[in-house]
Amino acid sequence: MKNLQTIVLSNQEISPGYFRMRILAPGYKDIAKPGQFVMFRVRRSLPPLLRRPFGIFQIGLLPADCEGMPEKEFIELIYKVVGAGTEVMCELHEGDRIELLGPLGRGFDIDDEGGDKILVGGGIGLVPLYMLADSLADRSKTRLLIGGRSREDIITVTEFERLGVTSHVTTEDGSLGEEGLITRILERKLDKYPKAKVYSCGPMPMLRAVEVICSERNVPLQVSLEALMACGVGACLGCVVKGREHSEQNPEYLCTCRQGPVFHSYELDWERVEKNIEQEESS
Amino acid sequence: MSSNIATDNKPNLAVEFAGLKLKTPLMPASGTFGYGQEFAPYLDLNQLGAIVTKGLSLNPKAGNPTPRIAETVSGMLNAIGLQNVGVDAFISEKMPFLEQFDSPVIVNFFGNTQEEYGEVAARLNDVPGVAALEMNISCPNVKHGGIVFGTDPKAAFDVITTVRKRLTKPLIVKLTPNVTDIRITARAAEDAGADAISLINTITGMSVDVRTRKPRIANVIGGLSGPGIRPIAVRMTHQVVQTVKIPVIGIGGIMRAEDALEFLIVGAKAVQVGTANFVDPNAMQTILADLENFCIEQGIEDINDLIGSLQL
Repeated sequence: MKNLQTIVLSNQEISPGYFRMRILAPGYKDIAKPGQFVMFRVRRSLPPLLRRPFGIFQIGLLPADCEGMPEKEFIELIYKVVGAGTEVMCELHEGDRIELLGPLGRGFDIDDEGGDKILVGGGIGLVPLYMLADSLADRSKTRLLIGGRSREDIITVTEFERLGVTSHVTTEDGSLGEEGLITRILERKLDKYPKAKVYSCGPMPMLRAVEVICSERNVPLQVSLEALMACGVGACLGCVVKGREHSEQNPEYLCTCRQGPVFHSYELDWERVEKNIEQEESS
Repeated sequence: MSSNIATDNKPNLAVEFAGLKLKTPLMPASGTFGYGQEFAPYLDLNQLGAIVTKGLSLNPKAGNPTPRIAETVSGMLNAIGLQNVGVDAFISEKMPFLEQFDSPVIVNFFGNTQEEYGEVAARLNDVPGVAALEMNISCPNVKHGGIVFGTDPKAAFDVITTVRKRLTKPLIVKLTPNVTDIRITARAAEDAGADAISLINTITGMSVDVRTRKPRIANVIGGLSGPGIRPIAVRMTHQVVQTVKIPVIGIGGIMRAEDALEFLIVGAKAVQVGTANFVDPNAMQTILADLENFCIEQGIEDINDLIGSLQL
């Protein structure tokens, strides 16, 4: 956990509106866990004023610049251009200076059991699932179910496949994979592998549908949530979600940044999470 | 010659007022620093002039629905709803951590009625590790139609008087800027026995998503903070310094050392850093280092020589 002043190594558009940024990030390799995130700041210029949270897609090493120097650790973020923050980000180039706070938050809770694992991603929600898949694929049969509106929203699937993950794609317009929602494939897979564990990240309506399917079948589920946040360290209390035991008398607010972004589905009050996040999405 | 001395020796940054001795004039603004613990991995709390905690109420408070924050041009709107653990849980669970540091602890508090204000103050008055209290008077008085204490000079005077009677520790009153003339509430606070004034709290604001036509925060109206409000805060600090005899702490959009210096030059004895802590958890350490460098560059041996040095 530290604030790193560092540089962009590359920043490329990988699908219309989706960018992949590689950032020099010494110290991340040994500590960052699947599902953790960073707070990204485009140097000290304004706007945007606040940092933006991004899930870490992957961590890697580049050869040293010359003999005797250490290898260069990097992280990769994949982001969709949606507003003022990402509009500035997508114009960054190699060598541009940025600041990175992280790795932050609680990542996926990974056990050593070898059983079936199903990862369910919606659009850009597949980002935090890649490091998870990497850590699961050697001991578990791991399936990636990825859904999007259209073929442009389906990214990096071949990279998951290279990890040994089987992938299933749906698009709402049928332009890639099966036409329809990814939750239909999830039901089908859980019929076949009822003992599987499910890990999911994506838009709230999808997460809610995944939660309903899993809780009906008593399937363990972990979800990675997205939230507006100012600080990422548990101080602003902008990113809270209500926990299962929440009441007005005994408030149980969980900070998405500290207690999350990954939660076991049983930790959350789903009716309220859904309501809150619907409000957030509509605003 | 004197500039050489200043270059060789570190300038004095310590300030004293209202019975408080601060190593530096820099402290966090309430609500942007949690209970201190959240920032301990990022900066040395012993370097701060004081540690100012999130506002406490008599009972735990759940806060508002989300979305609670929205970024605006050079600022942010928030309506967290004063979510906090309550005064008793603070004393038993949060104070032990804060007591490890030698920076004085200033506890911010609020209430919905005069009685609640008095009761929270009385409970905190008994806690040995608490150096001073900062009273947030930007809350609605639920017994009087929800009018904000700090916007009505009479209500402000009465509630501060109530708190004063139950408190022996130094009392800092934090003013709301959402008034026609800040000098009137400043005077009311001084007359009611405040030892110091801090200002400004956030400026009420609103932002609308034009596509959904909904407010961008669930509470509809929120408090605006960040660099965009700084000129308003500097102006009000200047006005209050000219009006009252008690010391003033300046707050509002301080992102860099130069920003802090503006407040000090108009006469604030100390400053609070707020939104900048969200943007960068190291912000205060950077500001402090730059403040020291500024003094060295300018040949200022003692920061107190800068305070109130505005040239008109």
